[in-house]
Amino acid sequence: MSTHESNSGIIESRTFNLPVDNIDTDQIIPAQFLTTTTRDGLGQHCFHSWRFNEDGSAKSSSPLRRHDPQTQAVLVAGSNFGCGSSREHAPWALLDFGFEAVISSRFADIFRSNALKNGLLPVTVDDAVADYLLDHPDQAVRIDIRNHRLGIEGYGEFDFPLDPFSAYCLTRGIDQLDFILENTEAIESFEDGREQPPRREPG
Amino acid sequence: MPQASTLFEKIWQRHVVREESADTPAILYIDLQLLHEVTSPQAFGELDRRGLKVRRPNRCLATIDHSTPTTPPDADGGRHYFTEQAKAQVDLLHVNCARHGIELHSWDSPNRGIVHVMGPEMGATQPGMTIVCGDSHTATHGAFGALAFGIGTTEVGHVLATQCLLQSKPKTLGIRIEGELQRGVTAKDVILHVIGAIGVGGGTGSVIEYFGSTIRAMDMESRMTVCNMSIECGARAGLVAPDEITFGYLEGRPMAPSGDDWARAVADWRTLRTDPGASFDRLVEIDATKIRPSVTWGIHPGMVIAVDGRIPDRTDSATRNALEYMQLRGGATLAGEPVDVVFIGSCTNSRLSDLRAAASLLQGRKVAAGTRVLVVPGSEATRRAAEAEGLDGIFTAAGAEWREPGCSMCLGMNGDTANPGDLVVSTSNRNFKGRQGPGVRTILASPLTAAASAITGRVTDPRELLEGGA
Repeated sequence: MSTHESNSGIIESRTFNLPVDNIDTDQIIPAQFLTTTTRDGLGQHCFHSWRFNEDGSAKSSSPLRRHDPQTQAVLVAGSNFGCGSSREHAPWALLDFGFEAVISSRFADIFRSNALKNGLLPVTVDDAVADYLLDHPDQAVRIDIRNHRLGIEGYGEFDFPLDPFSAYCLTRGIDQLDFILENTEAIESFEDGREQPPRREPG
Repeated sequence: MPQASTLFEKIWQRHVVREESADTPAILYIDLQLLHEVTSPQAFGELDRRGLKVRRPNRCLATIDHSTPTTPPDADGGRHYFTEQAKAQVDLLHVNCARHGIELHSWDSPNRGIVHVMGPEMGATQPGMTIVCGDSHTATHGAFGALAFGIGTTEVGHVLATQCLLQSKPKTLGIRIEGELQRGVTAKDVILHVIGAIGVGGGTGSVIEYFGSTIRAMDMESRMTVCNMSIECGARAGLVAPDEITFGYLEGRPMAPSGDDWARAVADWRTLRTDPGASFDRLVEIDATKIRPSVTWGIHPGMVIAVDGRIPDRTDSATRNALEYMQLRGGATLAGEPVDVVFIGSCTNSRLSDLRAAASLLQGRKVAAGTRVLVVPGSEATRRAAEAEGLDGIFTAAGAEWREPGCSMCLGMNGDTANPGDLVVSTSNRNFKGRQGPGVRTILASPLTAAASAITGRVTDPRELLEGGA
């Protein structure tokens, strides 16, 4: 069982590997599943075309069949993970599928930002570490979010980059909306201070 | 003397609620949020979860466009949604807008349309504003000198709750486009050419300002086409400084200021220009006189050639991958490839001038046998204007489908898709694998090129059909 506790900022889990480069957000969650109205339940469509045949039956060849949701909350993927469309459904689907962090040697910018906004931790490692993990499936790892450290059992401990604002929010236990709401007084005085011609209603 | 500033810096500075720091991004005030059914449900849900209200409902404007059918309603007004979920999404937007007091332009509104067509038509889009929408083509509104960002659903929620957006200050990219366009060359060809020149990552992290004599000579609809595709080279936004053409477009629109407010607004808007001496982080120069009608040959919008040019003959993996998917050969011409479907529409090219351009070629001609042509106006207002001048009759007489407004086959969410393997000449903005349906091959082009290709059933240089020939 993974033990991601938001208070402790620690993820302890085993890894699940998808050794494929350039996994785009259309692979993670195809456009046909964007007509949702909630974030819940997207996990069942995560990697849909990898997991299911056109008739809806499960693909016996799917690598996802080997995923153990009880123990594997950290996805290790090939380079340039999350490229393509900016849909936030991609991190939502991965979270709902049961992943709490993704490790890759490179993330697409927008995916990385969407992931951080939604509490899915992107862990960027150098090629040697990525290669080690991809060569060692079901590896025990410990991710210390506060200190941006990735520990790989029997291999070593590594720093990973985390932008200052994400670190700022994570260490204070707030998210981005909380941060803006903390500035409500500044928003009010900004609104009071500017001339606002009344918006005309459409005729 | 005040420091010389770019247009971007002037708009940015007017909207800073809290400056950027080493640890935290800037908090930027947002004047207008545009909403549609696909990227808003989870944002409203998050407000509910936290017990928050919409801070400024009168700074929101909503429409339904992405997953809506473009077929006519049945006799009792029923709409045929592609899926139950699509209908549920639209129904939920009605509920959310009613609950929060947000103006929604739904089926019963004479203004309903693609969000980036409707906003300008209603005069909601104005110079100097900050505008956001949960849609990456929000940069369209930059044509008015508004700083307009596409945002994700989480940020839609941020703006609903606080009227603010977190942003690190982007870099500026100036794109100077000079010279007169050749006959048969349109705004779409210009922006495809620009993206081809600077690459799909050429604008990453930047706000682009387009300027120069070519841009000045463009009408507002052409400027919108240019700004619309800014995201396709990775830019966060695209801008054109407002001028008399901008003011002329806006005057008298329902949501534009009027009376004394109008005069005051215009006086202010005239200051929204990049000062002499202000510099961009990067400057690109484009010679517009050399641009030919342009099309994409591959699987992203940077894979561009002139329609009478040759497909690149390279062996790198990106090219090979693209050629394999597109079933094309390096070194060959694209012109002459058989076309299965032509799509004229989308927030890039569904406005009246686009429809007029397509109709100018289709008038008195027929769509080629075996080619399906969909013409989808961008809004109800555009549809009425087109029908008032008989464009619908020209399209239907030629054998094209004249459909109801919406995003339609640009992304195929509403069921307007082509068949696997089909080659589609499309006036939309993205030619990614499967964008218009699984296995569908997309060629991005101008309305003129699309119409010419509809007539011949093959990818065609529109200059061959324009008066006087090629």
